[in-house]
Amino acid sequence: MTENIPVLIILLPLCSALLCLALTAAGKNLGIIFVKISCLASFMLSCIQLQMVVTGGTIHYAIGNYAAPFGIELVIDSLNAVLLVCFSLIGFLTLIFADNFGDRKRPMLVGGACAETALLITGLLGMTSTGDVFNLYVFLEITSLSAYCLISLGGSRGVVSAFRYMLVGTIAATFYLLGIGVLYAVTGTLNMGDMKEILSQGGHDDAMLTAMCFLIPAFGIKMALFPFHGWQPSAYTHAEPGSRPLITGVMGKVPAIAMFRFIYCIYGTDFRFVRIALIILGVFSVAGMLYGSLMAMGQTDLRKVLAYSSVAQMGYISLGFAIGTPIALAGAFLHMIGHAFMKGGLFFCTGAIRYKYGTTDINDFGRIYKQMPLTCGLLTVAALSMIGIPPTAGFFSKWYLALGAAGQQDWIYIAVLVISSLLNAVYFFRLIEKVFIRQSSELKMRWKSEALELPVSVILPIVVCFVAILGIGLFNVRIVDILLMTLEGVGL
Amino acid sequence: MMTTINAFLAAKGIYMLTLALLALGVAGIIVCNNYMKKLICMNVMQVAVIFFFLCLGQKSPGTIPVAVDTAVKASEYINPLPHGLMLTAIVVSLGTTGVGLSLLLRIREKYGTIEEDDLLRREELMTRKKKDGGDRN
Repeated sequence: MTENIPVLIILLPLCSALLCLALTAAGKNLGIIFVKISCLASFMLSCIQLQMVVTGGTIHYAIGNYAAPFGIELVIDSLNAVLLVCFSLIGFLTLIFADNFGDRKRPMLVGGACAETALLITGLLGMTSTGDVFNLYVFLEITSLSAYCLISLGGSRGVVSAFRYMLVGTIAATFYLLGIGVLYAVTGTLNMGDMKEILSQGGHDDAMLTAMCFLIPAFGIKMALFPFHGWQPSAYTHAEPGSRPLITGVMGKVPAIAMFRFIYCIYGTDFRFVRIALIILGVFSVAGMLYGSLMAMGQTDLRKVLAYSSVAQMGYISLGFAIGTPIALAGAFLHMIGHAFMKGGLFFCTGAIRYKYGTTDINDFGRIYKQMPLTCGLLTVAALSMIGIPPTAGFFSKWYLALGAAGQQDWIYIAVLVISSLLNAVYFFRLIEKVFIRQSSELKMRWKSEALELPVSVILPIVVCFVAILGIGLFNVRIVDILLMTLEGVGL
Repeated sequence: MMTTINAFLAAKGIYMLTLALLALGVAGIIVCNNYMKKLICMNVMQVAVIFFFLCLGQKSPGTIPVAVDTAVKASEYINPLPHGLMLTAIVVSLGTTGVGLSLLLRIREKYGTIEEDDLLRREELMTRKKKDGGDRN
């Protein structure tokens, strides 16, 4: 049983997604309950798996018992294990949260959205844990297709942004396929570990460079890195409100992990052009960090503010890759985990405010902390974490990034890190000002209750994100130690 | 001179053609104004990559990868793996096209057009109307 955990984590959401609509047709809530239970099980299994990886080292799992270079392999190192726990938790919370946003009169539509969310979780977890480049492509497409559907469920604007995302996303997937095609042509293998061994014998520099030229834009588009981010703001803004925390919090991170795998685990730091690639990545990240923050300052819709701030935050993550020392990589991954909870949490808040008042314009938020203390608590903590104020998660990830940059004497990166954080402070303090100080505006409440500010299914994700942001900050040393178990060997 | 060109075309010419097809597809997605045309160009682009993989799997003195008595060495068969991979890629491209077509139907239903210019104009109109409505309240 325990040796099959890696594949069960992916299979449980997949099976529940496939059965969801049939079960919904049989009984109204049956499908959704089944999906939730299997995603909870998947989360618990990933916790057990993390424990196993920390004590027993990297797990290699051959699917169907076909040995590694020929069959598909799942590789769970300490990095993947931590990220799987984080992603499956956010997936589960999103499923609970999404309950409040469906049209109750159309159970099949709600069941369908739930199935799509479960498929998205499957794709994300699969992309994180796979050790095979073509399998990565398949999971990438599962993720993308379910994301197109979820974005298109968010009204007429959503349909248009989903279509645009689909065109750009397909270019990314095609480029990825071309990249691995070039690598497959010179190595004759699709397994990541095997590919690394063959490439490290040398003599394939030109092919590797060609493949890199396809792979960086491909992952850049998927993770909404600066020059490739065009699809992202409108897609994040108009996505279906129930699944938005998962789309915004996790979907951008997983291609970043894939990018890390290609640059550091397959190409390795012995690759002749690695410095040039890292400098280009660094330029993209620096430009993105400034551009995203500046654009976010100009928006009034909270969803748009957060969408543009995501462009900047992805810049931090790829900046960690561009610096490339183990400590900076650990910072990038810590930021990935922290930002998944921050951005997911901020979108849980947006959804909660929208659920109660039906608005997302920050000018309407006057003194809503009186009615929604918990929501505003998370809003504040997540905003402080985004700016990077201790003891939240955001401070420590930026600290490790700055440490790594100082170690490589990339002073420009530190300067941009500070400037971008200050720009973050401008628009997040504006938000906090609106919530706590500004004159209260007359907003009509859509949902009233004496005892609680919101339904339990909305409060639960908010509380978990609140605890997670502080927890990641306070226990950052433990998490970084676990991450460094893998990262020590791969950095510059 | 001619012989080098001929040799190059014989060895690599097919890859140049697939590259041209890919560039055509990407350019079409960027340039076309009509969303249906964009979707068709997306398909052209995907076919280019499928073609690229199939060329990789091809070699001239090789037979189809089904075991026969006359061919005993692995080198006498063509590589079946790229074909297997492309079967998956074709299914994916079919799925993407399906999603794209249904999105197009929905866009047409909601906006009455699939031309990008008209669509942008209508979106702007919608935003302005919403803002006016908001001011009145």
